[in-house]
Amino acid sequence: MSGIPPTEHVETEEKNYLQEGHTIASWLLTKDHKRIAVLYLISVSFFFFIGSIAAMLIRLELTSPRGTLITSETYNKAFTAHGVVMIFFFLIVAIPAVFGNFLIPLMIGARDLAFPRLNLLSWYFYMAGGMMFLVAMMTGGVDTGWTFYTPMSSIYSNGQVTLTLVAAFITGFSSIFTGINFIATIHKMRAPGMTWWRLPLYVWSHYATSVIIILGTPVIAITLLLVVFERVAKIGIFSPELGGDPVLFQHMFWFYSHPAVYIMVLPGMGVISELMGCFSRNKVFGYQFVAMSSMGIAALGFVVWGHHMFVSSQSMYQGIVFSFLSFLVAIPSAIKVFNWSLTMYKGSVWLASPMIYALGFIGLFTVGGLTGLYLASAGTDVHVTGTYFVVAHFHYVMVGGTLLAFLGALHFWWPKMFGRMYPEGVAKWNAMLVFVGFNLTFLPQFVVGYLGMPRRYHYYYFAPEFQVYHVMSTLGASVLAVSLLVPGAYLTWSLKNGPKAPANPWGAKGLEWEAAASPPIKHNFAGIPVVMGDVYDYDAEAEELAYRGLPPREESK
Amino acid sequence: MNFPVQPEQASNFAVQYDTLFFIITALTVLFTGLVFALCLGLIIKYKRGNGKPEDRRNPMHHNIIIELTSSGVSLVLGMVIFVWGAKMYIEMRQPPKNAMEIFVIGKRWMWHAQHDNGVRENNELHVPVGTPVKLTMISQDVIHSFYIPQFRVQFMVVPGRYTQMWFTPTKPGRFNLFCAMHCGTQHSEMGGYVYALEPAEFSKWKENGGNRFKPKPSIPALAGKQLFEDFMCSSCHGEKDGKRAPSLNGLVGRKRDFTDGSSMVADMDYIRQSLLAPDAKIVKGYRQMMQPYNFTEEQIIELIEYIKTLGSPVGPMATNPAATTVATGATR
Amino acid sequence: MAISLDKMNQPQDVVYEQFEDLGQQQETYVLGMWAFLVTEVMFFGIMFLAYTIYRWKYQPYFYALHQELDWKIGGLNTFILLMSSFSVALAVHFHQRKMKMPVLLCLGFTNLCALAFLVIKLLFEYIPKWNKGHYPGPGFSWDSTYIPANIAQLWYSLYFGTTGLHALHVVIGIILFSVLMFLIAKDHPIISDYLPTEMLGLYWHFVDLVWIFLYPLYYLMPK
Ligand code: HEA
Ligand code: HEA
Ligand code: HEC
Ligand code: CUA
Ligand SMILES: [Cu+2]
Repeated sequence: MSGIPPTEHVETEEKNYLQEGHTIASWLLTKDHKRIAVLYLISVSFFFFIGSIAAMLIRLELTSPRGTLITSETYNKAFTAHGVVMIFFFLIVAIPAVFGNFLIPLMIGARDLAFPRLNLLSWYFYMAGGMMFLVAMMTGGVDTGWTFYTPMSSIYSNGQVTLTLVAAFITGFSSIFTGINFIATIHKMRAPGMTWWRLPLYVWSHYATSVIIILGTPVIAITLLLVVFERVAKIGIFSPELGGDPVLFQHMFWFYSHPAVYIMVLPGMGVISELMGCFSRNKVFGYQFVAMSSMGIAALGFVVWGHHMFVSSQSMYQGIVFSFLSFLVAIPSAIKVFNWSLTMYKGSVWLASPMIYALGFIGLFTVGGLTGLYLASAGTDVHVTGTYFVVAHFHYVMVGGTLLAFLGALHFWWPKMFGRMYPEGVAKWNAMLVFVGFNLTFLPQFVVGYLGMPRRYHYYYFAPEFQVYHVMSTLGASVLAVSLLVPGAYLTWSLKNGPKAPANPWGAKGLEWEAAASPPIKHNFAGIPVVMGDVYDYDAEAEELAYRGLPPREESK
Repeated sequence: MNFPVQPEQASNFAVQYDTLFFIITALTVLFTGLVFALCLGLIIKYKRGNGKPEDRRNPMHHNIIIELTSSGVSLVLGMVIFVWGAKMYIEMRQPPKNAMEIFVIGKRWMWHAQHDNGVRENNELHVPVGTPVKLTMISQDVIHSFYIPQFRVQFMVVPGRYTQMWFTPTKPGRFNLFCAMHCGTQHSEMGGYVYALEPAEFSKWKENGGNRFKPKPSIPALAGKQLFEDFMCSSCHGEKDGKRAPSLNGLVGRKRDFTDGSSMVADMDYIRQSLLAPDAKIVKGYRQMMQPYNFTEEQIIELIEYIKTLGSPVGPMATNPAATTVATGATR
Repeated sequence: MAISLDKMNQPQDVVYEQFEDLGQQQETYVLGMWAFLVTEVMFFGIMFLAYTIYRWKYQPYFYALHQELDWKIGGLNTFILLMSSFSVALAVHFHQRKMKMPVLLCLGFTNLCALAFLVIKLLFEYIPKWNKGHYPGPGFSWDSTYIPANIAQLWYSLYFGTTGLHALHVVIGIILFSVLMFLIAKDHPIISDYLPTEMLGLYWHFVDLVWIFLYPLYYLMPK
């Protein structure tokens, strides 16, 4: 994609966005999408840390069939905190609010998002929700699991359920604001020449995500609010004593929460499309199919929620219909996986650290997605639902998928965000360690789940044969923990000590690389770029080099 | 150390289930292998470097044939699994007409089963091999899930409506019974075992009142012991003060401290109240967990008599050593 | 009578820095508003869905319960809201023609209607029900023998939940309209353009529309 002004103009003398004021207020009151993205990066890392501590607590406790580290009550609070933090305060937010915020205006050639104030407000809502949840955790915790099933959450559970629900409610608004902002921005603020079919796939996936957000989030917001009312005022919508129906809650919850899993994975898929294109030096294979498959996932994602309820007293026919639809939603994902792989065809594959994360994503998401088929098939779900098989499935798609995409994005756009390079050698080896640690952690969980180990179980002394797999899993989690602490260390180190990054260290195509400095200036571009070439137009350059018999351009360093 | 990879196959669904399960597994391995091989091959072929220039003549950036075949093949394979799985699901959801019905009640945190002749059991389920068994289930509080891994069956137990599941045990043995839906503090301990018995043995068991209902001993302390066992009091009250509930050993005459700050010396009235209205006085260090039991006065006296003997070296059996046959039935 | 707004005639000067020109800014705002309204539809949609499911489940009881509501009062309120919607439309029309007083008058009338709506709702519906103890919660009292108390409570929960959420939107509308009128009266540069009025108008039409669904669902049930 060629942008005007051309690359030479990129290195301006203007101050970059990080230098525009150093006061705390200049950060906390900023309307610059890039600074808000940095605020989000810091906050989601913090919440990831909290969620991880809970995860390690769970893993340590499960090494013995009758763990003595914590009581059952604390255990329940630990996995609830883990699930709630990881989903509502880390994964749903991570890629859209950090990289989406940072990159969408840069990628489409705009100076900022459409509603900068709303953007800042969304961060405050997010933080308010997050802090409320921390308070809830410290003043008693919650033990309902992240799914908040009624009547347990509305009547029986004691603890800070109300506060937690309100926290999730508020965070929902933060999501909605971001979604509205992205939709308006992508529709109306593209640079001249940036047609829909020239949009980077990353932007497409965020568009699909935003559609899901604005259609789904209000539903969960109201649902959680109704549970709060039921809990506080004893009005009955979901509890049988009061005439309500607990299964209705499940319908409403999953109506949002299934699409929400695509809120979690679609932005990650967008990242992978970018990475595969750049590091294969090739246009993403089947660009239009990949773009449309995002929209397909968004649409189909809304009609499969019942696959979480095959054994919860919905009628048999409902079960069959939902099973059928769940298989359909697998097709767009299949399209993506094959197209990503084929992007390397006739390309020039560069195994840099972001690329290793991308390849890891493809492998692990494939396994995670295919194990989703066991669950989508109504008959096979019956035995494994509510077991560690499900736990393994969703960690494969969420950790092996989205978390790896997040790490890949972090490595890929780090130079753009902070203008520094990190030690590539360490990063590369660490990426492989993540892959190994991850598989060691979650592969055994498939087996133990199939053997019948129910999830959310503190003790399993009545089935000691499960132990060996739990020990393996904890071992893996420790490797994983190390491999996740290392990037934290070298990335922080690079902020001060890393070599300065050029505007386009990877030789990537895209406005954010070709028309903006690293880090970009406050208004992103010296002048609004005009897009004239095709998206991911790596061929032109490669052909030229080949014609002249020259080796490919040596990027970076 | 051994690495079990498959739960026992003990019901009519098990073999059928595992067949489909392993077919999907084969598919998973196949596709994962395919994607890995594809990536690996392309990486090796097109790895950058060695100074060789990129050759981009005749690039291929889309290919409708590839798109359509890959999604078409996925769709067809997916549909095969769907139909197969749905067939099994339909079978699982429709109990045969002649099935033997057992009622199951779930409550935090125990399972309670009632057989048609009045035999009741807690945290256990006895079923005959070879006969279809239909469970009609309901919950008294939150949602639970009745799960027997070796039978490959599970269904939720919901308050306010009946749910059903069925299976035909195919081999005798003791199998796990789990609650697979998070239901609170002791969710992981809500369960026990399912005993599949040979038909003859099963009818004997059932006739015998579930092995446990023996003629009521005339001596109150012994009758109390039987009640104590039937109602599973020992699932909470043990030899020592436990996590769940205080020990009842030597209760009468002991000073009790309560959560509201008061205290008293335990006497018969106190025990009676503890049975009928346990929430009236909560022992310090514990929470209200015990349900009120509506025993008859006669039963209460028997229970008190038994509780009096608890912890004493003599024990209730001393009175009548002949009556020591105790119910079997392993509990956790 | 058409006094023109001073600022309304000035060339546009409030294009925010992220936009290229006024046209882009306006289009973006309207699109953002529509996206917001979509979320609103989902908010109410789920309440209606819950209602529909339970009505389907307990139709005879719900029919008996709906007779607790007075369709005449509901109808009056429908009429009032329709009037207010009409006057908002007029306000937008006048704002486009940059006529200050008519805009203020129309908005004032809208606000009046909104207030009347709330007062009627409170005086003739909420308060009598409250006095009878017909509100969901621990204090719920119910003496009908035909309709079980728990179903009655469920119905009242849905009723108060849905109409309450709607009333909340009306209150927010009143506040926003008041702010808008204040800004117009002050000739604030933000309203040099009719866009804010149009967007609030969109919001208000939506609030009206919700009631149009709510009214037949709750007040006019077929047997
Ligand atoms: C990022 C999050 C994410 C993603 C992307 C997915 C993707 C999928 N999920 Fe998953 N899922 C979760 C997160 C996610 N899930 C979570 C969190 C839970 C548990 C919630 C809880 O209870 O706590 C869950 C639970 C869950 C259940 C309920 C299990 C139960 O509780 O009993 C089901 C059932 O159908 C399911 C199915 C699927 C399917 C079919 C997909 C599909 O989208 C996958 C599609 C991908 C592929 C199929 C792989 C690529 C394709 C190929 C390589 C081609 C070959 C394809 C074919 C032959 C068809 N998931
Ligand atoms: C984004 C989502 C996400 C992520 C990233 C993770 C990450 C991990 N999860 Fe998570 N998990 C969920 C979402 C997620 N999980 C959800 C939704 C549930 C369901 C909850 C419910 O049932 O309600 C769940 C449940 C769940 C269970 C089941 C609990 C149960 O049912 O009883 C287990 C058990 O092993 C587990 C383990 C792990 C592990 C080992 C990791 C590891 O990947 C984490 C490893 C990472 C680190 C360790 C971070 C690096 C280290 C630090 C930041 C410093 C702190 C480290 C130390 C103190 C050692 N998770
Ligand atoms: C679900 C667990 C549970 C079961 C089952 C249970 N109890 Fe209890 N019981 C408790 C708890 C907890 C307490 C302490 C709190 C209290 O005083 O209510 C208690 C207290 C008591 C006390 C007062 C003890 C004291 O130390 O002061 C008596 C007596 C008693 N139980 C008898 C019984 C008998 C008899 C049965 C069986 C019929 C029984 N319990 C079944 C949980 C249980
Ligand atoms: Cu009962 Cu879990
Ligand atoms: Cu799902």
